[in-house]
Amino acid sequence: MDGNKKAFYFLFVPVALWLFLLIILPHIDLFLSSFKPNSGEDTYTLENYKAFFSDSIYWRTFINTTLYAIGVTLLAFAVSFPIAFYLTKVISPKIAGFLMLLLLIPLWVGELVTIYGWVVVLGENGVINESLKYLGLIETSLPLIYNNVSMTIGLLYMSMLFMIIPIMTTLESLDDAQIEAASDLGASKWTVFRRIVIPHSMPGIINGSIIVFMLVIGDYVAPNILGGKSSLWFTEQIYNQFLSTFNWNQGAAFGFLLLIISSVTIWIALRLSGQKLDKVGE
Amino acid sequence: MIRSLPNSPLYKYGFRVYVTLFFIFLLIPLLAVSVLAFNDTTSISLPWKGFTLDWFFADSTERLGLFADEDLLNSIWVSLQTSFLMATLSTIVGTIAALLFESFNFRFKKIFYFFAIAPLVIPGVILGISILLASTYVGGWLDTNLGIDLEIFGPGFWLVVLGQFSFGATYAMLLVAARLKKFDPELEDAALSLKASRLESIWYITIPFLKPAIIGAFVIAFLMSFSNFNTTIFLVGSDPTLPVDLYSRIKFSSTPVLNAVSFMIVLLITIVATISIFTKKQNK
Repeated sequence: MDGNKKAFYFLFVPVALWLFLLIILPHIDLFLSSFKPNSGEDTYTLENYKAFFSDSIYWRTFINTTLYAIGVTLLAFAVSFPIAFYLTKVISPKIAGFLMLLLLIPLWVGELVTIYGWVVVLGENGVINESLKYLGLIETSLPLIYNNVSMTIGLLYMSMLFMIIPIMTTLESLDDAQIEAASDLGASKWTVFRRIVIPHSMPGIINGSIIVFMLVIGDYVAPNILGGKSSLWFTEQIYNQFLSTFNWNQGAAFGFLLLIISSVTIWIALRLSGQKLDKVGE
Repeated sequence: MIRSLPNSPLYKYGFRVYVTLFFIFLLIPLLAVSVLAFNDTTSISLPWKGFTLDWFFADSTERLGLFADEDLLNSIWVSLQTSFLMATLSTIVGTIAALLFESFNFRFKKIFYFFAIAPLVIPGVILGISILLASTYVGGWLDTNLGIDLEIFGPGFWLVVLGQFSFGATYAMLLVAARLKKFDPELEDAALSLKASRLESIWYITIPFLKPAIIGAFVIAFLMSFSNFNTTIFLVGSDPTLPVDLYSRIKFSSTPVLNAVSFMIVLLITIVATISIFTKKQNK
C-alpha cells in the first residue's frame, strides 16, 4: 500500500464509522421501528401511522407546529434583519464587535438557562409583573406566561442568532460603494433595500431561515416550559411516547414524520432559492 | 443609511431605539437571573428581599445553596466529563473528516459529505431517538443471540457522549474545513518532495496550521455539549447532565438555587467569550 492510500484509509475509517454507526444506521432503525407494532412481534404494520391520521390531536398538532415554525422563522427574519444590517453597515466596527459579544453570550449560556430566565421575567411574580405593580400601573398580575405569546418569545429568543449571523456574513461582502452609488443616483432607502441589500443577502437569509426553522420545529424546551396547556408542540408528542407511555414504535413514527416535514420544507426552501445544502453550514 | 452616507434624524434615532430595545430583550433574562441569585427569599423571582449569598453557600433544609447541593454538583460534574469527552472526540473526528473531504477524492464522496453535514438540519430530538432505538436494538440483539449484556448500549453516560458527538463532529468539521481552505497545499507538496510520508506531512505541516481552528472547534463543541438538552434527554441514564437536572427542577421544584447556577454559567461564559474575542484580535 503506498503512503497516499495509507493516509486515505487512516482518515476514511473513523469518518465512515461515525457516519455509519451514528447517522445512517440509527435513521434506518428509526424508519424500520416506525413500522413495527408496539407488542414486540416481529412483523411490519402501518398501525403507528394509522394512529397518527385517525387521532386528530396528532395530525392537528403536527400541522400547527409546522405552520407555527414557519411563522416564527418569518418573525425571526423581521426582528434580525435590521440588527444584522445595523451591526455590519451602520455603526463603527469597534462597537459592533462589542455588540457581537453580547449577542453570542445567550447562545453559549444555553437554552435551559435562557428559557428559565424568561420564566423569571414573565412569571406571575416575575420581573415585569412586579415592576408594573411597584409602579402602580396594575394591581393583579398580568397573564404573561404559559401561553402562545411567551412560547413565541422563547422560540424567537433561542433561534434568532442563527438568523443574524448568516445575514451578517453576506452583508459583510456587500460593497458599501454599491449602496453609495445607488443613493447618489437618487434611489430612496426603500429602493436600496429592496433592489440591492435584500437580494445580496438572500443566501444568508435562506441559510438562516433553514436553521431557525429546524431549531424551532424540533424544540421542546421553550414550548414545554413557556407554552400553555393549549400550546401543543409536536415534539412533546414524541417525548410523551418515549418517556411517559413508552410506546417507542409510535414515537419512532412521529419522529420519522417530523424528519420528513423538516427535510421537505428545507428542500423546498433550497429549491426556491437555487441553493445547495453544502452552503448551509458556511 | 450606512456609515458613509448622511442620515435623517428619524432614521438614525429610530434605528438606535430599535437596536437598544433589541439588546434589552436579549439581556433581560440573563440580568434577571443574575441579580435574583442574591435575593434573600425562597421565591425565584421578585419582590427583592435583600442581599444574601445563601443560594450559593447555605446548607439547611429550607435553603440549599449551589455549593452544598450534592445532586446539583453531581450533575455539573457529569456534564463537565461528558462535554470534555464529547469535545475531544468531535474535534478529532471532525478534523479527520475535514482533511478527508478537502484533500482526497473517492467514490461516493458526495454522499458521505451529505451525511456528514446532515446533522445541521436534523432536529436534535430525531438524533436522540434514533440513536436510542439503534443502540437498544444492537444491545438487545447481542444479549439474545450471543448472551453478552453490555451496559454501554443502554441509556447512560457513554450513550450521551456518542449521541452528542454525532452532531458535534459536524460542527468541528465545518470549523476546521473553513481554515483548511486557506491552507497553501504547496507546503504539503514541499514536505512530500522532501520524502515525508503523506501522514507525516499532515501531522507536521497541516495540523499545526490548523491549530487555532482545532482549539476553536473544541471550545464550541464543549459548549454545545454542556448546554445540550434535546438529544441528551433520550440517552441519559440515572445520572443526569446539568441541563436535564435544570429541566426537572424548573418543572417541579424551582428555588433560587437555579438563579445561582444560571448566574455562574452566565459569568463563566462571559469570561470565555471575552477572552476569545481578545485572542482573536491578537491573532490578527
